[in-house]
Parts: sequence; structure tokens; C-alpha cells
Amino acid sequence: MRQIAVYGKGGIGKSTTTQNTVAGLSEAGYKCMIVGCDPKADATRLILHAKAQTTVMDLARERGTVEDLTIDEVLLTGFRGIRCAESGGPEPGVGCAGRGVITAINFLEENGGYGADTDFVFYDVLGDVVCGGFAMPMREGKAKEIYIVTSGEMMAMYAANNISRGILKYAQSGGVRLGGLICNSRKTDKEYELISELAKRLNTQMIHFVPRDNEVQRAELRRMTVIEYSPEHPQADEYRALAKKIAENRDLVIPTPISMDELESLLMDFGILENEEAVA
Amino acid sequence: MSTAIKDTQKMIEEILDAYPEKAKKERAKHLAANDPTGQCSTCQVKSNVKSRPGVMTVRGCAFAGAKGVVWGPVKDQITISHGPIGCGQYSWWARRNYYNGQTGIDTFGTMHITTDFQEKDIVYGGDKGLDGALHELKELFPLAKGIGILSECPVGLIGDDIESVARKVQKEFKIPIVPVRCEGFRGVSQSLGHHIANDTIRDHVLGKGRLDKTTPYDVALIGDYNIGGDAWASRKMLEEMGLRVIAQWTGDASVNEMGIAHKSKLNLIHCYRSMNYICRHMEEEYGTPWAEFNFFGPTKIYQSLRKIASYFDDTIKENAEKMIGKYKPVMDKVIEQFKPKLEGKKVMLYVGGLRPRHTIGAYEDLGMEVIASGYEFGHSDDYKRTYPVMKEGAVIMDDATLYEMEEFTRRLKPDMVGSGIKEKYSYHKLGVPFRQMHSWDYSGPYHGFDGFPVFARDMDMTVNSPTWNLIRKHGVPRKSGDLLGR
Repeated sequence: MRQIAVYGKGGIGKSTTTQNTVAGLSEAGYKCMIVGCDPKADATRLILHAKAQTTVMDLARERGTVEDLTIDEVLLTGFRGIRCAESGGPEPGVGCAGRGVITAINFLEENGGYGADTDFVFYDVLGDVVCGGFAMPMREGKAKEIYIVTSGEMMAMYAANNISRGILKYAQSGGVRLGGLICNSRKTDKEYELISELAKRLNTQMIHFVPRDNEVQRAELRRMTVIEYSPEHPQADEYRALAKKIAENRDLVIPTPISMDELESLLMDFGILENEEAVA
Repeated sequence: MSTAIKDTQKMIEEILDAYPEKAKKERAKHLAANDPTGQCSTCQVKSNVKSRPGVMTVRGCAFAGAKGVVWGPVKDQITISHGPIGCGQYSWWARRNYYNGQTGIDTFGTMHITTDFQEKDIVYGGDKGLDGALHELKELFPLAKGIGILSECPVGLIGDDIESVARKVQKEFKIPIVPVRCEGFRGVSQSLGHHIANDTIRDHVLGKGRLDKTTPYDVALIGDYNIGGDAWASRKMLEEMGLRVIAQWTGDASVNEMGIAHKSKLNLIHCYRSMNYICRHMEEEYGTPWAEFNFFGPTKIYQSLRKIASYFDDTIKENAEKMIGKYKPVMDKVIEQFKPKLEGKKVMLYVGGLRPRHTIGAYEDLGMEVIASGYEFGHSDDYKRTYPVMKEGAVIMDDATLYEMEEFTRRLKPDMVGSGIKEKYSYHKLGVPFRQMHSWDYSGPYHGFDGFPVFARDMDMTVNSPTWNLIRKHGVPRKSGDLLGR
């Protein structure tokens, strides 16, 4: 069983990319599971064709404690037998969503939620690594393989670099490794070259460049992955390609995060940030 | 430098030698030989800084200071330990703050109320549960005059907005609902908890109580927590002097009393450490003067009665003298009874608040000598008040460790040790007479004319109990004169 965590800046397309990739993996015959680690509980919507109604924490809140739950209640099966669980958690502004992730993952693990025959478990984690709770999937030998979804936008690259720092911390204390950057294209200037270069600086690879295509939106509106909605569309092949690359990926590294200055000069080298002196 | 100071310094150095270099350097700043004159520059201890990891400090936390010490004793208010159950459970009425009233009807001092956080409260926030608890409490205890929300650590970690819950419910109930941000991780000891609690008194209740008329003889008794009835013994004396005690903070206090102390002519502060902040505030804001006093043992009592009287007219001054005349024979009799049994006995103290200095006079009245004293959470102003009242070369210790205390005991051979519950059983095992001086070892009062006979009896009972010989007989064989049998 390979446990994989997907991180990246908020809104970058982690959940969409993860679900499409997992759909590709199960099409290829792998048994897969997705654990959504975000209070919004929308990491499994495209697989289940609906927003999960029974998250681990919401049910625990209703019953009193997490001990009152059974695994069947929170484990749902969707497209091609992909199993889905959502940690759930509070609305923004109250409580501690990070603790919810810890509790939910512990519950799934203790109750055999992963199943012995599972090939891939994907953790889809909220935004940036904000606290210990959201680093949970990397901790205690859970996910050993991390993919960062990014784009050529500066803030997405900042976030990718920042997440690499978190991985570095757990790479030293545990066996966590970075598997690569997934570029979810926003059609920014020289995006392919820029992310390839960033990947190189971080000691990793750009495992795949996912082009921007509105077919993804059309499928999402129907609560489906592209692979399910329009299996013949070229975009579906992109996700199949990404799935294949991940399945075959052996290039797992300890990342080498770069400094802010270095990141900014990288953007300048690619002509995205203008050199202030030159402007003056 | 005198030989007494040099000898003590040599002893401290020897004790510190057991530590690794870094710990030694750091702990050296917290142990000193006393110099009452204040001329010796190396005789001042460092205080109120973070405890060194690994030294087994006995300090408490901000929650202990705010809930256990300052707010907890206010009797007609309900104090909620907001968070998981342990903090409230294990501090449940540990300080024996006596009060009058019908518990569960109009007073709530001995009750333990908690929101009992579960995992779901951490994840989803405890604000709704808190709102529910406040409404349940109001329904169960309609006579409660206020409710305090005392934050435990997780509340601060998850950033729950207890202030807005308090504001909302206060509007509904029309009684003070006081949110206290006393999460245990704040500050270096319980001391910050006192300060935080003082600030919430200032912000939520002070100036809001009702006092229909004032008199020239109004005083407030501040920093007396009525442990074993201490505040009652003190109040009685102030009243006999002709003064009117309008507020007692916070032993046997009511919420209304918390709101009117600023109207007194003089704030009398016993435990300076835990309540000087609010006294300073009342002085700045309302011009209410404050004075420290000491009601432990007749010598300090006589001095204090005269000092207090000096703020008032001749009637009060005469009354003070009359009282001294009346009670001196009674006190002399107590001394006559116990001094012969206690004369020359040596005492080592390691306590908190006011006790490390304030009780020294009472021991001295009985012919005993305090050879070492220290504060768990004192500040430099506490130590400044301590140096002059101790003998030259006496040991001063700050945030002491059990190792240091054992070593001082082994070398100084005190006849009794007065400290807290955490030290108590280790001293019992060592066979050294011990008295738990945080809550008077389930005795008291020790304040005032009522308290001194109890104090004298208890110290005699401690030092001269035949029990200690029984412990030694069945314990480690002792060499003669070696207290710890080493």
C-alpha cells in the first residue's frame, strides 16, 4: 500500500487533480482510497457524485465521541469502487480543524479503514501546512510520498516552497519524501519552464504538466471526474498519464527548499518579476 | 563580607556542584546567602523567570493563580473551569477558603463546575457548550451573583472567543460574566495568573458594586483568602479597632464586595504578591491609598495595628492600644506555654505569596529561627522585603528544586520544614518534621490573635511529635546528629 499526500496552495486544484488522478489509477486496475483532510469536506465530491454527508468529525460531534462511530458509517464507495472518507471539521473561525484531521486519521487507522488490499491511499490536505494537524498525513510514517500541486503563479510557488520546508522537517525525523511537483496550468508566462526550474531547485521533478481545459469545469458541474464524464477527451488522457507516472515514480527525494530571495530571483530570471533597478 | 555569608556561599557552591555546567550557572543566580544590609551585591537572587527544564520545579500555572487563588474564593459567584476536566478537578477547593452561606443555594465555593471539553469541543470550538453551560447554571443556581469563565490551555490554543459569549450572556442575565484568559501556558508561574485575575476584577466588577453610605473608618481587607478562617480572624480585629470592613478580597468575598473596595479609606493588603496590582490601580484611578500589614504572631500584629491606626484619628489609635493591652497577656501566655518547647528550633521555609517573609515574626515570637526561606513564584520586590527580616547568612532560594531543598536540609539540619503538598511526603520519608504551609496542613486560622495560639500549637505538634522517632526507628538507621541518616 502506498500512502500519498497532496499539498498545495488553496484553490490550486488539489481536489480536482487528486480525484482525476485516482480515477485514472483505478481505471488502470489499482484499488484506491481518498481521505479528505479539509473541513469543507469536498475532496471526494467528484468520486461520490455528491458532497459527503457523513464526515468522521461531524458524526463524532453528533454522537458525542469518535469511539461511538463504526467505520462503515464514514467510509463511502464511489466511482469504480474508490473508497472515500472525509475528516470534516468546524466552519471557519472556530475550533481547531487541525485537531479534527488528527482525530479522523487516527480513527480510520485504528478501525482498519484502509483495508489490506488497498494499493493507494491519497490524503487531500487543506491549503498550506498551517499547523501540526495538517502535517498529520506526513507524520508517524503515514504518507511517505508527497506531491505538491502548483502553477506558474507566484503565490502558488511560494506555497510549494513552503510546503517543501514542512516535508524537509518530517523527512529528517521520518521517511517522508517529495515525489514531485504537479503543474496545474494557469496559462501564465513560461509556466512549463518555470515550474521545471523550480522543481530542479527543490531537488525534485515536475512530474506532469496538466494543461488548462474547460472540460474539467464541465465535468465538475456534473459532479464527475473528466475520466468518468468524457473518457475520450484529451484531458482525460492527461490525468491517465499523471496516474501512470505516479504509479511508476521511483524518484522520491528529500527536498531542498530555497530562500525567498532565490525564489524571487528565479521569477526575475524568467522575466516575470521586473528587476526594480532596471525599472528605475 | 562576614563569615556567615561566606560559609553559606560555600555551602551553596558545593550543592550546585552536582549540576551540569549550564544548569549550575543558571541555578546559582537563584540561591544566595542573605545580607540584610543589602550591601553585598552577589546576595540578591534572580526571580520570576522560566524554570529550568529537568529540575522538578513545584511551581503552578496561570490557571492556578487566577482560579485557585484569586477568583476561586469569591463565594456567590460560580467559577467555571473552562476546558477539559483535570485542571478544575485537581485544584478543587485545594486552598480551603472558608465561607459563610448555603452551598449550592447562594454560595458555590466548594463546588466544581467544568465544561468538560471533549475532542469535539476542541475541533468545533467550545463556545456553544459554554453558552449552554452558562444557561444551565443560571437555571440551576438562580441566586448566583456572577459567573467566572476561567480558561484552561486548550481554549487559548484553539482561540475560542469566550469574551463574546460572556458579553452576550451578561446582557441576558444582568450579572457579571467574567472571561479570564488564564491559560496555563501563559507566564512562568502562577504569578501571571494573579495579575490576569486582578486585571479582570478591574475590567469587569470594580466600581460596579453598591455601597449606600461610606464612613471615615471604611477599609478593605485585600489579599486574605480566608484559609482555615484567616480572614475572619483578621476582620474581627479590624472591627474591634473601630474600623468598618467593607470588602474582603477574596476569602469569603461576595461579588458586590469585589465592586466596592475602591470606596474604602484605606486598602489593607496582606498578600502583596497576588493583589498589589489592583491596589495600585485603585490608588491611581480612585486615589485609594494602600498599606501592607502582617497579622502573623504578636510582634508583627502589634506593629501592624499601630501602623494601620496611624492612618486614622485618635479614637482608632486609642482602640489599637487598648487592644494590644487586652490581648498581650493572652499572647504572652501562649508564648509562655510553647516557647520553652520550641526555643532555638530551626525552620526552613519554601512557600509562596507572602508566607516566606510574613510568618518569620511568628516563629521568632516562639523563639524559633528561620534559617532558610524561599518563594515559588516571588518577584524582586518580594525578595527586597525579605532580605531585611532574615539573619545574615540565612539561605534565600528562588524556585528551588527538591534536590536543593534536600541538600539544604542535610547540611543545615532544620528542626522543621514548612512547604507545600509536593514536598510533604518526600520530607515524611526523610523523617524530617514537616508542615504543609500552603493550606496550614488542614488547620488554621493562623492570622491574628485567634490564629497565633493555633499556629503555636501546630508548630509544637510538628516539631515535637513522637511520630518522627517512630519513623526513624523503622526507617534508615541514623548516625547521631545526622538528620537524614546519611
